[in-house]
Amino acid sequence: MTKKIKNLNLNFGPQHPAAHGVLRLILELDGEVVEKADPHIGLLHRGTEKLIENKTYMQAVPYFDRLDYVAPMNQEHAFALAIEKILNIDVPIRAQYIRVIFCEIGRILSHILNVTTQALDVGALTPSLWGFEERETLMTFYERASGSRLHANYFRAGGVHQDLPSGLEDDIGKFCESFPKIIDDLESLLTDNRIFKQRNVDIGIVSKQDALDYSFSGVMVRGSGVPWDLRKSQPYDCYDQLNFKIPVGKNGDCYDRYLCRIEEMKESVSIIKQCLSKMEKGPIKSLDGKISPPPKKDIKQSMEALIHHFKLFTEGYRVPKDEIYTAVEAPKGEFGVYLISDGSSKPYKCKIRAPGFSHLQAMDYLIKGHMLADVPAVLGSMDIVFGEVDR
Amino acid sequence: MNNLEDLEKKINSELTTKINSTEIKHNQLYIEIDKDDLIDVTLLLKTNQETKFRQLIDVTVVDYPENSQRFKMVYLFLSHEFNQRIILSYFINENEIISSLTTIFPAANWMEREVFDMYGVSFKDHPDLRRILTDYGFEGHPLRKDFPLTGHSEVRYSEEQKKVISEPVKLEQNYRNFDYESPWAGTKYIKEEIDNNDKKN
Repeated sequence: MTKKIKNLNLNFGPQHPAAHGVLRLILELDGEVVEKADPHIGLLHRGTEKLIENKTYMQAVPYFDRLDYVAPMNQEHAFALAIEKILNIDVPIRAQYIRVIFCEIGRILSHILNVTTQALDVGALTPSLWGFEERETLMTFYERASGSRLHANYFRAGGVHQDLPSGLEDDIGKFCESFPKIIDDLESLLTDNRIFKQRNVDIGIVSKQDALDYSFSGVMVRGSGVPWDLRKSQPYDCYDQLNFKIPVGKNGDCYDRYLCRIEEMKESVSIIKQCLSKMEKGPIKSLDGKISPPPKKDIKQSMEALIHHFKLFTEGYRVPKDEIYTAVEAPKGEFGVYLISDGSSKPYKCKIRAPGFSHLQAMDYLIKGHMLADVPAVLGSMDIVFGEVDR
Repeated sequence: MNNLEDLEKKINSELTTKINSTEIKHNQLYIEIDKDDLIDVTLLLKTNQETKFRQLIDVTVVDYPENSQRFKMVYLFLSHEFNQRIILSYFINENEIISSLTTIFPAANWMEREVFDMYGVSFKDHPDLRRILTDYGFEGHPLRKDFPLTGHSEVRYSEEQKKVISEPVKLEQNYRNFDYESPWAGTKYIKEEIDNNDKKN
């Protein structure tokens, strides 16, 4: 007598610690083998794009912090660059260095979180305890520069909001000296760890062709051996004056992506060091009073400064009619802003291209035929943050 | 093609009648086409040895409610080999059904689902056209310009019914959209008021 066996449908999330937020993944299982995965997203949808259409350009910046909340300033960067290109304004060199430093800090923040939580998902607790201590240090840098640990609201079209407080450059420099040791420690726990390798090597392999077809970017495409990094290929701000390498994987599996992230952190440290050594005193935002607000002390003295201040914080600056797509290399991949301005002080349309959206889309293709226990490993190595996927 | 000017010429000569207009600005190539040529143009861009636009970066829509052709479909392509970007666009009416790119780029699947969800544009031959970002059972298309910012309904947990219920939005204060246009330049309503007063007198 034969019995017909029905596949089991399993709800993974939305309240599951390995779902990295609010992912509802509906898995169709044949025994322990995944036959089909259907991610349901949107549980964190806040309508960011709609809200941006109703805010002035300056008021829209904080929404970008809340997309990929692990590396807030990288997102602000894309938006600031888009406006700068339309307005055709120059960013002072010191502001460019500050922005690059904080983008690289964001990259380290994001990669530490990803590497350590991925280790957590496959059973290693210690890396997250060590890594989060470093993240805390980095977030105090965020706090000292911008006033808040996470939602910085620091980048502006034309520069940054304020100059670095005294002593911060030295402290970032000290961190760059001590941090490589921590990366080595993390590596000693994971890179040759037998269990970590068993859980990650040859899991979730992405071929070069599929990486292109599925619109992968960032580590997801570099892990498969495509040397593509927007910081090199389409340099923005002062990246073309800095020396750094692009780590590329070979097999395109979860383990290679882990290795890429570790190497990228080392490169980021070197970028920060170069910026610190090249940085000189100078203005930190565009001197055009029609775009960047005047210093507080001028407002007390100068009528013009007072008017500029008032106009900027009520009406905001106007951006001429144009259409542009600008992308930056965020820690998770290509983060882009497709901006349409209509001559008023609010964007007509602002489409946000989040890297995680395309990565998560490929979940079904990546996980088919794998075991249920591989789901967290693959999900972890894709580096999904729901703030940006759901927008 | 190593520079954008050559690429522009190449595309114009390959696709002659299918291209309505091309423009280079911000180091990107903007192309306007007709709705029916989408598949042909994309296939050429992807497969031609001198273009190789093998990544679809994003698909989106811009809503112009006052236009006769309301929606502008926008496709962003990237070529790794030649390090170039193309922005492809065409206009459609509100109820038109357009071809899906899922067979050429698997990545188009969710992007088109998002477009469907946010703007209500339908695609033919799409394998799985469901809503993606909004709630289960959501009505309307939030990114259309005529959809209010505060939405139509809100959800809360009802203690009486012991479940989450959906109700029409109740606001203590409506969303206020201030008009900050410079009074020195003369806001529209002030101008109108002055004109009206002048007529009365």
